Amino acid sequence: MLTYVIRRVLVSIPTIVFISIVVFGLQLLLPGDPALALAGEERDPQVIAELRRMYHLDEPVWKQYLIWIGNVLQGDLGESIRLKVSVSDLVAAKLPVTLELAAMAMLIALLIGIPMGIVSAVRKESLLDYSANAVGLAGLSIPNFWLGIMMILLFSVQLGWLPASGFVKPSESLSQNLATLIMPAIVLGTGIAAIFMRHTRSAMLAVLRSDYVRTARAKGLREPRVVYRHALRNAIIPVVTLGAIQFGELMGGAVLTEQIFSIPGFGKLIVDAVFNRDYAVVQGVVLCTGTGFIFLNLCADLIYVVVNPRMRG
Amino acid sequence: MTAIAATDDIPVQRRSAWRRLIQRRGAAVGLVVVVAFVLLALFAPLIAPYDPTATNFLRVRKPPSLEHWMGTDEIGRDVMSRLIFGARASLQAGVISVMIAVLLGVPLGLLSGYAKGWVDSLMMRIVDALLACPFLILAIAMAAFLGPSLTNAMIAIGITTMPIFIRLVRGQVLAVTVEDYVEAARALGNPHLRIAVRHVLPNIVAPVLVQSTLAIAAAIIAESALSFLGLGQQPPAPSWGSMLNVARQFMSQAPWMSWWPGLAIVLVVLAFNLLGDGLRDALDPKET
Repeated sequence: MLTYVIRRVLVSIPTIVFISIVVFGLQLLLPGDPALALAGEERDPQVIAELRRMYHLDEPVWKQYLIWIGNVLQGDLGESIRLKVSVSDLVAAKLPVTLELAAMAMLIALLIGIPMGIVSAVRKESLLDYSANAVGLAGLSIPNFWLGIMMILLFSVQLGWLPASGFVKPSESLSQNLATLIMPAIVLGTGIAAIFMRHTRSAMLAVLRSDYVRTARAKGLREPRVVYRHALRNAIIPVVTLGAIQFGELMGGAVLTEQIFSIPGFGKLIVDAVFNRDYAVVQGVVLCTGTGFIFLNLCADLIYVVVNPRMRG
Repeated sequence: MTAIAATDDIPVQRRSAWRRLIQRRGAAVGLVVVVAFVLLALFAPLIAPYDPTATNFLRVRKPPSLEHWMGTDEIGRDVMSRLIFGARASLQAGVISVMIAVLLGVPLGLLSGYAKGWVDSLMMRIVDALLACPFLILAIAMAAFLGPSLTNAMIAIGITTMPIFIRLVRGQVLAVTVEDYVEAARALGNPHLRIAVRHVLPNIVAPVLVQSTLAIAAAIIAESALSFLGLGQQPPAPSWGSMLNVARQFMSQAPWMSWWPGLAIVLVVLAFNLLGDGLRDALDPKET
């Protein structure tokens, strides 16, 4: 098992290196002279020359990358051109907001998706199964930014139950914090709930057909015990690892959700950066989410080994 | 021998797959809706009641009526006409970006699975890295660096969709190359390229077709998301995502502006998802 863990950790390293190359490579996509693009509205040749020197734009590309990655490894993701703050500080300030939103959305997705998947597998081809499938398919097909708009129309504009936008820190008022986050979390969670539902359903169906479940039934065990103690335990493992993979989906969805509900998180940071041509911030956000995703997947795989006795050896 | 058997079998197989597909109610409905939207996009100028960019300041933000079935927008344009023309942007983005992903992903996947060794490990690490960056975030970042336009959005979506196809094709290749008939073809001295094209490629057509249909659904959502953020179709050209972006500012005064584009996205995406699910079942006879 130890060798597996070491090998698994080592495999992540080249992936992270490639992510950094992809992130760095983004700036090669800039049309024309990157110094001009970085300068934005500024047309002063002195400023442009300064930018060229600051970002080592005269050096060959591989050297630029090495300088950049060297800084990144020291925690220096560059500086936001517009806000004149270091990108690392910006990321550190915005990340907790998005993580809270993502955690709430994930909780909602698990609470809806897994029970729905179990029920529709156990009651296969019943009305419940069909409606769960219909809800699942709808969850996959409704873009979350439209769902957000529709929910604001209903709960804020029509009924006036919840605030339409804004964010209150949990340290200021926990109830206000939850009130501002509940709608965005539902919007962000439904798509993932649908994915959980579909995977739980197929995993449960496969397990319920297996020999050991038939044995458990033949022993005369009650159906709930067969379903929850015998079947679910095995079916749930791949679904949990799926949770880590859905992190990427959550971060992508958060960009739109934060935009709609004006939540000052990671997603809003990248969108604002895009429109202000604040490229270092865009790169910082992509690099952090990519690395975070690799780390979460590593954790999921290691947990998988720990909970699955067959993988220990 | 194998070649003769294969050519004899394929038409029969294809016909029964087609029958299995249209027998599934969900898939049949999906197909009808997709065809309807394609016709709508193709014949938009004939179907749309008004010019989608014609403004009329006497008819600003009018609710749905007999004259304007879906109402008018913030500068008096007919929402229905914009919706019909918007189908062009969405379908174009869905199909072209997935074509980019397939045209790049399939050869790379074939290469990766067929070459094995360091080429394969290198390719898989790159795929892992691309898959690790959230699809939408990477697409936003690429669209940002390339500059906002529908073409660049399609390129960004295409490239971020590509790794799924590389991985899918590679997996299929690894599974197929151990089959006896491929071993036999290799033993007969067929060159690698010929084996890849004649024996391996036909086996990956079905899964690629299924994945493409589902990827079109995801790409349509991605395009509308990018347009919603202002990184896709640029005004005044209509697109469902950018219509929603504007509608968001008039939610309490003109809610109808946000109903229709969203419903259109849901319908098309649902149709492609149903069609993809149906195709998967129809092309895989083992699955019941």
